[in-house]
Amino acid sequence: MAATRYPVERLTLANGLRVVLAPDRSAPVVGVAVVYDVGIRSEPEGRTGFAHLFEHLMFQGSANLEKLAHFRHVQGSGGTFNGSTHLDYTDYFEVLPSNALERALFLEADRMRGPRLTEENLRNQVDVVKEEIRVNVLNQPYGGFPWLTLPPVMFDTFPNAHDGYGSFTDLESATVPDAADFFERYYANGNAVLSVAGDFDVAEATALIERHFNSVPARPAPVRPSFTEPDLTAERRESYTDRLAPLPAVAAAWRVPDPIDDFAGYLPYVVLAEVLTDGDASRLVERLVLKDRSVTSIGGYLGFMGEPFEVRDPTALLLQAHLPPGGDTDKLLASIDEELNRLAEDGLTAGELARTQARMATHLLRDTDAVLSRTLRMAVLEQQRGEPELLNQLPVLLGDVTEEQIRAAAATLRPQRRATVEVIPGAAR
Amino acid sequence: MSPAKVKPVTVPEMVTTLPALGPTTKLQLPREAEATLPNGLTVIAIRRPSVPLAEVRLRIPFGRAHPARAAMLAQTLLSGTDTMSSVEIAAELQTVGGGLSAGVDPDRLMLAGNGLVGGLERILELLGEVLTAARYPAEEVATERARLVDHIQVAQSQPQHVARTALLKRIYGRHPYANQLPEPEQVRAIRPAQLRALHSERVRPAGATLVLVGDITPAKAIDTAEQILGGWAIGGDSPAAKWAVPPVPPLAPGALMVVDRPDSVQSSLRMALPAVPRTHPDHAALQIANLIFGGYFSSRWVENIREDKGYTYGPHSAIEHLVAGSSLTVAADVATEVTGPAMLETLYELGRIASLPPAEDELEQARQYALGSLRLGVATQAGLAGLATTYAGSGLRLNHLAEHSARLAAVTADEVAAAAATYLAPARAVTVVLGDASRIEAPLAALTPIEKAQP
Repeated sequence: MAATRYPVERLTLANGLRVVLAPDRSAPVVGVAVVYDVGIRSEPEGRTGFAHLFEHLMFQGSANLEKLAHFRHVQGSGGTFNGSTHLDYTDYFEVLPSNALERALFLEADRMRGPRLTEENLRNQVDVVKEEIRVNVLNQPYGGFPWLTLPPVMFDTFPNAHDGYGSFTDLESATVPDAADFFERYYANGNAVLSVAGDFDVAEATALIERHFNSVPARPAPVRPSFTEPDLTAERRESYTDRLAPLPAVAAAWRVPDPIDDFAGYLPYVVLAEVLTDGDASRLVERLVLKDRSVTSIGGYLGFMGEPFEVRDPTALLLQAHLPPGGDTDKLLASIDEELNRLAEDGLTAGELARTQARMATHLLRDTDAVLSRTLRMAVLEQQRGEPELLNQLPVLLGDVTEEQIRAAAATLRPQRRATVEVIPGAAR
Repeated sequence: MSPAKVKPVTVPEMVTTLPALGPTTKLQLPREAEATLPNGLTVIAIRRPSVPLAEVRLRIPFGRAHPARAAMLAQTLLSGTDTMSSVEIAAELQTVGGGLSAGVDPDRLMLAGNGLVGGLERILELLGEVLTAARYPAEEVATERARLVDHIQVAQSQPQHVARTALLKRIYGRHPYANQLPEPEQVRAIRPAQLRALHSERVRPAGATLVLVGDITPAKAIDTAEQILGGWAIGGDSPAAKWAVPPVPPLAPGALMVVDRPDSVQSSLRMALPAVPRTHPDHAALQIANLIFGGYFSSRWVENIREDKGYTYGPHSAIEHLVAGSSLTVAADVATEVTGPAMLETLYELGRIASLPPAEDELEQARQYALGSLRLGVATQAGLAGLATTYAGSGLRLNHLAEHSARLAAVTADEVAAAAATYLAPARAVTVVLGDASRIEAPLAALTPIEKAQP
């Protein structure tokens, strides 16, 4: 199985900040990321969308940086930047020509000590986030489907079930003290991982990291609660009307083993999703798209945000499909059940597993070729598993999954463990 | 003698000022080779051994193709050949970690793929199979036709698509670039025989470019491509000139066009401004002028309407190059209630950059960003493949990167000001706003004459 051999180095600074480094001198670019161990699941009740709103506030200035300075310094060095909020973590990153490495480290260290939280910045970013929600959810057919609309069907507790983009009411009632509390609680250097990948010398980069981050006050990570919930014992189905959607759609999800504590039990599901939906030669595409024509498209993946190696328990395997006009969801779900049974009982055809694994290896290696993907993946692997070197091993681990494991995984995807959400087209012609 | 003291722990000093940049690394272009085969296919092979993969891009000129037929051809090109079904093609590709997909735009048909580098030969064989023996089977064409119609219906419910379609129609009128996604009824009328005819007439090696990037030896990769694709027949004999897209018409500024989308919670502001092709002497200066105005996050327009006023999330302006002409597109989705004020600020920022020279620090910041972006863009196999293919479409090669970098490095504030005055002047813009007409017509009419789009 093809794999990469990026050297991966780990160190911990005196103040407790964990650092991972993956040098690669093949292109004159570097990626820098800081990942904080806080995400949508950690939001307080009454403050939906707060983790994401806070991510915006981290760009609004810090002790030695005025508002707008962060953007200007990164881009004025020839780089790009962004941040993103996930279920279990929030990331901040830059990709730059390698002569700007120290600048990126300075910028990340400065905001790790604390952003400038002002009423003006808060109100401005609440407005920006509302426009983000309008453009991605409220003004868009299938907005938030299924990542925002399926969790409340599957889960019962607030951390797992609530809307991570947030309600306008909650966003508008956010205060500067809320933000200060959130920073105090979750944005400790002990709760962060700094990751650097690309064109640098390890000794030089280590010296620069110490120069900029040693002065960040040591603060321990908060205790992370367990967010686990019991598995479903009876099927759950809900539907809603999307006034902008012209055609029906449906998404179904089943719980899967703990991605961290039971990685070996979890991996077969990652491969199973691809066996079911990767391309014209996959089980469900061949049957439902090409043969039955009961769906226009179907996709399958792990985790509500589609990141199999960046999510903790509880999580799920999802299938989502768009149906033709007048498509029949009951029939579709029955066909999926039938295909899962067939897979569990009859196993795979000759070469089916190997070709799926080969294509998965290509996808992973292609991601890895981009310095940013390398930087982010390594940071999260360190944070959630303490194993950044998995960056190189994932294609091999997926390639080791056996037919027997796939069959066993398919056998667990039973209707009584399934949560389904249906989109009723409100704009059907 | 005083007793020995415990050495105090030194608290490291916080760094309070922005560190300087290190020395600029020289732009390194990868090793490449190129050959044009006897059948007219140009092959460009580029070595980047970062991961054990290969990227494949085949660009076939497709200007002035019937939009619905072209879209359906791309949708069904991989649906079966004389000897293989669509499922067999997909499975064979997967076996070597490969995948292929087809897409069209008004200039070209593109077959794009990638796979494990050891499978490159097999991927090219399957590509050749599709190019020379695609069959457009009736069953599969019927399936894909219905899927494409569904896809178009979904697109037509997305504001970004509706706004773009209205803008293209307004800019291009009767020019072939006006219609970039066909209507459902045009697609429903397509039959397999039309696709076979289009294939035999237009899916030809003459004028096509194959780009291969990855952990390859360029000369060897070219030999492999020649062995496999050298026999791809010349096909029809219609001259390339017959399919040349005529130059785009000049922009005709006029009333702001309001397109009604009842109950829309946002308005989609879209403007088109004139632009020049990559090889034009003004291009580097225009690129910098566009960056300073709204072409990146640290631009005047983004800092104004997002970071100061909170009207929008992701405003952006970009130069788009097509074979027959270039244009500059300005786009923002803003809350319905601030449609008028957002348009006011947009016109102000365009007017400001067209009327006053940029500050030196704005120029340097945009220049560094433009230079850095070129480096970041070629740091992956996929990025190299995309850029080499895009350049080839304009008759350029990767060395254009170095030439363009040198031009960007040399651009002066006066040149940027001149380019802004010429191309970014708000008086030259064509503007379309999609939104709830009952709520946005009056505020927009206060700023500029408006007209309502005919539904």
